[in-house]
Amino acid sequence: MDISVNWLRALAPGIDGTPEELAARLSLQAVPVDVVEHLGAELGDVVVGRVVSAEKHPDADRLTLCRVEAGGEVLDVVCGAPNVEADASYPFVPPGGTLPGNFKIERRKIRGIVSNGMLCSEQELGLGRESDGILRLADGYEPGAPVGEALGLPDARLVLDLTPNRVDLASHIGVARELAPGGVAGIEPPSFGVEWKPEWVDGEHVAATADGVSVTIEDPVRCPRYLAAVVRGVRVGASPDWLRARLRAAGSRPINNVVDATNYVLLELGQPLHAFDLARLEGPEIRVRAAAAGETLTTLDGRAHELDENLTVIADAGRPVAFAGVMGGADSEVSGATTDLLIECALFDPAATRVTAAGAGLSTDASYHFERGIDEHAMESALRRCVELVMAVAGGTPGEVAIRVGREPAALPVVALRPARVRKVLGLELAAADIEGLLRPLGFEVRAGGGAEDDGRGADRGAEDGADRGTGRDDDAMMVTVPGWRGDVTREVDLIEEVARRHGYDRFPSEPRPIRPSAVPSDVTWARRDAVRHLMEARGLLEARSLPMVPAARAGASPVKLLLPLSATESVLRTDLVPPLLDRVQHNWAHGQRSVRLYEIGTVFARDAAGGGPAAREGFLEDVRVAAVLTGPRFPEHWSGRTPEVDAWDLRGLLEEVGARLTATNLEVGSPGAGLHAPGTPSFGVERWLGGEAFAMFDDGVVVGVGGSVRSDALDAPPWAGAVFAAEFRLGAVRPARSPEFVALPAFPSVARDLALVVPDGIAAGEIEAGVRGVAPRELVGLRPFDVYEGEDLGAGRRSVAWRLVFRAEDRTLTDREVEKHVAKIVTYLREELDVRVRES
Amino acid sequence: MTNAGSKADGRSLEDRLRKLQSDGLTAFAAAEDADALEAARVRFTGRSGELSDIMGGMRDLDPAERPVIGRLANEVKGALEAAYDQRAGALAGPADGSRGGDDLSLPGRRAWPGGRHPVTLVIDEICEIFAELGFTRAAGPEIETDWHNFTALGIPLDHPAADMHDTFWLDEHVLLRTHTSPVQARVMMESKPPIRVVVPGLCYRRDPFDASHAPAFEQIEGLAVDEGIDFVEFRAAIDFFVRRFFGPGTKTRFRASYFPFTEPSAEVDVTCFLCGGSGCAACKGTGWIEIMGSGMVDPVVFEECGLDPERYTGYAFGMGPARIAMLRYRIPDIRLLYEADVRFLEQFL
Repeated sequence: MDISVNWLRALAPGIDGTPEELAARLSLQAVPVDVVEHLGAELGDVVVGRVVSAEKHPDADRLTLCRVEAGGEVLDVVCGAPNVEADASYPFVPPGGTLPGNFKIERRKIRGIVSNGMLCSEQELGLGRESDGILRLADGYEPGAPVGEALGLPDARLVLDLTPNRVDLASHIGVARELAPGGVAGIEPPSFGVEWKPEWVDGEHVAATADGVSVTIEDPVRCPRYLAAVVRGVRVGASPDWLRARLRAAGSRPINNVVDATNYVLLELGQPLHAFDLARLEGPEIRVRAAAAGETLTTLDGRAHELDENLTVIADAGRPVAFAGVMGGADSEVSGATTDLLIECALFDPAATRVTAAGAGLSTDASYHFERGIDEHAMESALRRCVELVMAVAGGTPGEVAIRVGREPAALPVVALRPARVRKVLGLELAAADIEGLLRPLGFEVRAGGGAEDDGRGADRGAEDGADRGTGRDDDAMMVTVPGWRGDVTREVDLIEEVARRHGYDRFPSEPRPIRPSAVPSDVTWARRDAVRHLMEARGLLEARSLPMVPAARAGASPVKLLLPLSATESVLRTDLVPPLLDRVQHNWAHGQRSVRLYEIGTVFARDAAGGGPAAREGFLEDVRVAAVLTGPRFPEHWSGRTPEVDAWDLRGLLEEVGARLTATNLEVGSPGAGLHAPGTPSFGVERWLGGEAFAMFDDGVVVGVGGSVRSDALDAPPWAGAVFAAEFRLGAVRPARSPEFVALPAFPSVARDLALVVPDGIAAGEIEAGVRGVAPRELVGLRPFDVYEGEDLGAGRRSVAWRLVFRAEDRTLTDREVEKHVAKIVTYLREELDVRVRES
Repeated sequence: MTNAGSKADGRSLEDRLRKLQSDGLTAFAAAEDADALEAARVRFTGRSGELSDIMGGMRDLDPAERPVIGRLANEVKGALEAAYDQRAGALAGPADGSRGGDDLSLPGRRAWPGGRHPVTLVIDEICEIFAELGFTRAAGPEIETDWHNFTALGIPLDHPAADMHDTFWLDEHVLLRTHTSPVQARVMMESKPPIRVVVPGLCYRRDPFDASHAPAFEQIEGLAVDEGIDFVEFRAAIDFFVRRFFGPGTKTRFRASYFPFTEPSAEVDVTCFLCGGSGCAACKGTGWIEIMGSGMVDPVVFEECGLDPERYTGYAFGMGPARIAMLRYRIPDIRLLYEADVRFLEQFL
């Protein structure tokens, strides 16, 4: 919303302060001001230029050769605008002058003729955001005079960022109420020098004026109230400069004096109005009704619409002539030929307007106001002001009677406000009189309450004499009548907000109070995330946060589709973390990074055909997962030697640490695809990436994670890239609260024995380990392979795995004999059960 | 065995040990490859090697001499094993022959650095500060019902306020949460006050992915509900947070605003932490940066969630950690936060 500061001052002469100060006050107390634009600040060189003659340029069809009078001698000026005419005045910059943006005007030759300056458009002057030619000024200004007076300059434009609740601030009077000293009492809209005081012809559904114009509301839900006035004998033409200046400053494009008058009242008072060409209304009559299927309407913007029953229209005796509360029709539009007007001032239902605007695909200033609610009590005065402005700028004679159809304005709501509650919520020691002093300037009427229900008269004038004002005891609720323009205020707490912001948020003390700690324990998911992050950080992984939307091709089974995605590449939600993380690996490869070690903690989603999800979200699964991906050298490169590449055992080690430190999981060597699925959660999607080397994490027999080598066809790898290893597991498997238990340190030394075993292919180290642990005494406290060797001397199909066995007893030093006996038993077992023999050296 | 039946004397064993040490060290150092080294190991310290032989001879020593010679034997054994390990390491080392010698100015050996995402750093810090004010951390689902996301928070589905949330719908009443505020509703329905929680989490809005918008982004929400909480306490809590997070000299500015689930509502600005309030590009010359939306919890929210609005009052606030991270670390484009570029992430270790 663009607000003209000159306009505010015209409405409320007491408003002072610079535009920046006004903007700061509004921003703190009412609505953010995005920017303050100074209009005309850079127009010091622009003067009124009178074109005394205009002829076609001899050598260019689209150029005009003008003789321009601008204070001194008459100058030759070449002009490219289509609308330049003789005997008219325009803004003019003589040679040597500058335009906004430090654009310097020089004397220069255009198609062989020297041009001495430039005639300007609104856009070139920095006043309008668009223009279709140079800006014609009214006659009567002295050529050579500064252009500021003619353009209503200087002015400043406050660009408001309106919040949805304060539609009243989408008008100058609404902003003036916030800023005027004394508030509403300081507002006096300037007179246009004419006065119209009609008699109202009322009708519940139908009413007619003396000269035969009738208005019928067929649908009182969609249109509860409709006012109309007839003005005959107007002369449609350009508006006077002051009016056009007002509209331009408020961001609205001047059209003609009648349309400008309706727009002026909208911008000033917040009441949308529409002027019909009375001669084009069949009947003449107005019928407010639902459109019928098959009807059509071409709107002012030239678009043709097919209508249906959901849309609300203004129709004449035969056809729709406007979308109610949204936009008028083209063939009843006010034009240069119009002499008689019907001016509409209506109340349209917010929901109906929303449906009509959406159905027509139109969003206008009028629909903005109706969707949010207008001031029903100000409709008569808005129509009067519009008719008076038409009389002032377009002439014409209004009818002595005006039409008013529909219900009475709704009674103004009366809201009880307890001073004690104000103090409780705000923590300020405010007396009832203080509260009243803050509310009254905004137009709230305050009466001391007796606790009784209000009589419902609402807008009664009883509080005017002062005796009735809110002077009751502080414990009594005050009865506050809400003005018609504040439809957002319906409850006590709404009034408390008014009190708080008028008091000024910055005037509240900032005093810490004693607090009670939260009765809500932290959700365990956060401790889980912390534990994972610490481990991953220690392992040298970097945290990724990737977008949860992925292309359908990147998702696994049963993805959750967005009903209205932003694009095909972000059309579904990820079903697992590894494939999107592999995209991140490729991104790094694309930037020459060979070493990529990433982890991510994120939510994955899937549709669950079986149902069983939480109530109302049945059919949707979501699960928080942890994923890790490794590729490249195991350590940063170092001068002392070559760095090995990461391999499957780096990944295995990571998962072992997760298992040992974070979870209660067992790690098993799995096979890709088979059974690697956590029931009741989105699939791990391993079929899309897992290669030959695979691990599965089991928690109490249930798969909670998978990992292994990434298949080469799952990635588009440059030739220099290393093998990629990835894993994904459920965050829910992490047990953050595991409490370590102290075990007494050994009191006696241990004895180590190394066994180099020749192992036939097909027997995994894991089998040997499990077997040895099965037969070993409890004195075996350590068992790990420390060397794996393959060589021709072992014979084909064999390898040597060297194990270190550590024995220790809790209560004595083991003797060599005891250890030899244990070793012998293990060796025997290996030979007899697994055909594994000790290597002869 | 070489002790030939005669009672060994300590002197000769001592001499042999010293010679063994000297020979062994020379042999290990001279080993040209792993085979030669292994041969030397077998000869000197192997199970049937010279050291074993000498130690076998200790059985015949005079008991008084045994501890002395035993200690010496252990020393020799340790020295030889250390020499063996050193040589074995050197032989297993780089094949290209590069050696650092004694040039300690060469860079040291490092591990890969791991670390948290900059947005996580900001979230963690915010949670830590509010933990000092007694706030715990809550969580909730990302797929939500329209009731939790809108209705429970006082936002009618057909109200223009819903326009502020351009929503990703998944089904008729199911959506991706547009803010973390539905967790407020969940917490209030499940717990009795005093409630003090912060809720970090991912939220979704139909914003095209560009330099300053992302369709999914982190938000952190806070909620305090108890008897006797007023606007003064709310201001004090926010001021405490701001000074902790942005520095002790930082000022706050509360501006009137509108949120359907708070009343009174306020936008909170802080003095620009980049220019100190004098005006810069980050604060668009104003000296202030908007960091959160906040306010006193609207009674309609208490009613929807089954708490008595006459008895309880509270405040709520919401911030965008990604936005704060971008301002704090001067990250010009939000998309950098999602790319997982290693060169980017390594800047925040």
